[in-house]
Amino acid sequence: MNFIEARKLVHEFIRRDEEDNVESILVALDGVDLDVRQGEFVAILGHNGSGKSTLAKHLNVLLTPESGTLWVDGKDAQDADNLWDIRQNTGMVFQNPDNQIIASVVEEDVAFGPENIGVPTQEIWKRVEKSLKSVGMIQYREHSPNRLSGGQKQRVAIAGVMAMEPKCIVLDEPTAMLDPNGRKEVLDAVEQLNREKGVTVILITHYMEEVTRADRIYVMDNGKVVMQGTPRAIFSQVETLKSYRLDVPQITLLAYELKKAGLPVPDGILNRQELVEALCQLY
Amino acid sequence: MLRDITIGQYYPADSVIHKLDPRTKLMATLIYILSLFVFRNVAGFAVVTLALASIILLSKVPFGFMVKGLKAIVIILIITALFNLFLTPGNALVSFWKLKITKEGLKNAAFMSVRLIYLILGSSVLTLTTTPNQLTDGMEKALKPFNKIHVPVHEIAMMMSIALRFIPILIEETDKIMKAQLARGADFESGNLVKKAKAMVPLLVPLFISAFRRANDLALAMEARCYHGGEGRTKMKPLKYRGVDGIAYLVIFAYFAAVVSLRIWM
Amino acid sequence: MSIILDKVNYVYSEKTAYEIHALKDINLKIGDGEFIGVIGHTGSGKSTLIQHLNGLMKASSGGIYYNGQDIYDADYDKKELRRKVGLVFQYPEHQLFETTVFADVCFGPKNCGLSRRESELKAFSALRSVGLPEDYWYRSPFELSGGQKRRAAIAGVLAMEPEVLVLDEPTAGLDPKGRDEILDQVASLHRERKMTIILVSHSMEDVAKYVGRLIVMNHGSVLYDGTPKEVFAHYRELEEVGLAAPQVTYLMHELRKRGIPANGVATTLEEAKQSILQAFADKNNRK
Repeated sequence: MNFIEARKLVHEFIRRDEEDNVESILVALDGVDLDVRQGEFVAILGHNGSGKSTLAKHLNVLLTPESGTLWVDGKDAQDADNLWDIRQNTGMVFQNPDNQIIASVVEEDVAFGPENIGVPTQEIWKRVEKSLKSVGMIQYREHSPNRLSGGQKQRVAIAGVMAMEPKCIVLDEPTAMLDPNGRKEVLDAVEQLNREKGVTVILITHYMEEVTRADRIYVMDNGKVVMQGTPRAIFSQVETLKSYRLDVPQITLLAYELKKAGLPVPDGILNRQELVEALCQLY
Repeated sequence: MLRDITIGQYYPADSVIHKLDPRTKLMATLIYILSLFVFRNVAGFAVVTLALASIILLSKVPFGFMVKGLKAIVIILIITALFNLFLTPGNALVSFWKLKITKEGLKNAAFMSVRLIYLILGSSVLTLTTTPNQLTDGMEKALKPFNKIHVPVHEIAMMMSIALRFIPILIEETDKIMKAQLARGADFESGNLVKKAKAMVPLLVPLFISAFRRANDLALAMEARCYHGGEGRTKMKPLKYRGVDGIAYLVIFAYFAAVVSLRIWM
Repeated sequence: MSIILDKVNYVYSEKTAYEIHALKDINLKIGDGEFIGVIGHTGSGKSTLIQHLNGLMKASSGGIYYNGQDIYDADYDKKELRRKVGLVFQYPEHQLFETTVFADVCFGPKNCGLSRRESELKAFSALRSVGLPEDYWYRSPFELSGGQKRRAAIAGVLAMEPEVLVLDEPTAGLDPKGRDEILDQVASLHRERKMTIILVSHSMEDVAKYVGRLIVMNHGSVLYDGTPKEVFAHYRELEEVGLAAPQVTYLMHELRKRGIPANGVATTLEEAKQSILQAFADKNNRK
């Protein structure tokens, strides 16, 4: 069985007026299937309002589906008895770095999760040290989060999740509020956790440049999964991506434009090196 | 500016005072504040000063940093001093118009100002050497007996530590919204009281909305990290009295006894 | 119409342990109708710089002249300056507070002392110019999507009819489509109304595509000031200060290194495409 298996997930947000009559129904998830293997790096792409954040919140059981089934780590997410197990095994990092740091000292914040699940004190110290090291923030352990940069705060948040020793972490637009340097810091940290510690990563974003390193990509639109495949397969469909309010990295777009103009450049160029090589071959 | 406030800030350093149990420090602060209202004469004053000076030295917090906290109370200080100076009856030293300065007034003004300054300095030692989390932990544990009469001690402590974390963020946010509205021609300064109160609406509405949004996000983040109340929780830094704390308690009680006896016998 | 900054310095928390020299001897002349991009990483002083332009922050030393008048003169009308230099902060939707979008957009013009009718006329045309559909005008701003809120907030500044529009990262947090829509609207304000635009951005690709002049800030000083082509020619130096040129700029350099004569400093996709196609065409002609 896969680490995450979702079948035909449906989630609706229903708005009611004062008399409890249904005013409007927003279908945020509309029959979503999702499969993630242990140790995989999966990216979920979609514009704002495509349903990707709603999906993320299901994986951590912050929301439960109206219909469909969801199994996380072999456990049924709709069974209330599994709630804390699942939350511990699939950690979650949110968009706004300020609104997920609870304590006023970095190391105390990282300890918050382990404290909640009743880890013994000595073990907490070990875990805090280990997870702060894994995101390269150990030298800031006694700092106040208020004086850290956005990228640093977000890495502290990741350490806070890692200290619970989850098998999987779900990152819900972790870079949307960061500058390019912060964005790179966070992505490097995430990639390292995936490659070196074998943590399953689900990265939710609308920045196409961030997903070139993923194993597989899901593209969402209107609450549905509309595309899935390897980055190369996805990036070769420039026009389709555009129709879902997404755009491809500048280099991929350039390769696509060159091809349209008659140069036989291969489809789905992911980065600069690939385009340079391809053009040199043609020249 | 708003960011200059030092009261309630933590100053990281490696000192004996930093390492004391927060409960010890809370108790010590309480006794110290009491002692400020006990001393009456120069000898008592000397003991209190000596105690405060040695604590500040031991804490390794730069004195200049501490004094900045006093800026916030300058006005209160001046008013208190003036009231005591002019309104204490007794032998007039100088008098002009309807006002007179008495010997007793001078003494009272001096002692009251010293008390206020010492009060702020002393309690800022507590906040400067204790992280907000330790402080709330200390209170949580010290107040634990009240749990029996259904006071939600853990929840109160959690709320306090979250409030402490978000106060600086909300202050910064206020600053930002204020500037954004100023850029749209808002005027927070001129006009009478009613007009001024009305002018606050464009500031307060966005601030409340933002605070609610943050609270909502935070609740989700806490839930995602398996927070489910105080039950079954362990601590990274559990409070445990150590040898130093015993010594500290001894010193505190000896100090209090000294201040009290100086008042009684001198 | 012009803004001149003469040796502007700004120091935060002067004479304390947290003292930061945020602006150092800034000399700039911003001409009428320019479209300027300001780049620099967080803490480089760019946000401090733009808050000086409308007088929200006062320089620790140095002078700022708007249309030749010293804005630090005692009798200079500061409120009028804030109207003329419209400043759109980061995440401007956080300033919305009225019950309807329309009422919120009227806030600025009303503060300028205009009558209700005049304010509404201005709000009307501002909402039009940001392209917010009329259906949303009389709804609560909090019901709008992120991109729509952002536009409503920008309209709130445009309604004061500024001569200069300064935007601090107007696309932060928006998805690609939302980002393009906002930037296209801003570009059309520049084109059609000849408004002076100052755009603070983190995206090199965005600034290269839109602006005519680029100012690079680093540690409180102006590091480079020129056309995007001139500035991005220094791509190595930019990297040393933690910034980067657009991806295509690097591509062209690497192609030349590998023997493909793609000429010039390309900063936009279109330029790179033309230059590469030209190189291939030249080669075929030689055959």
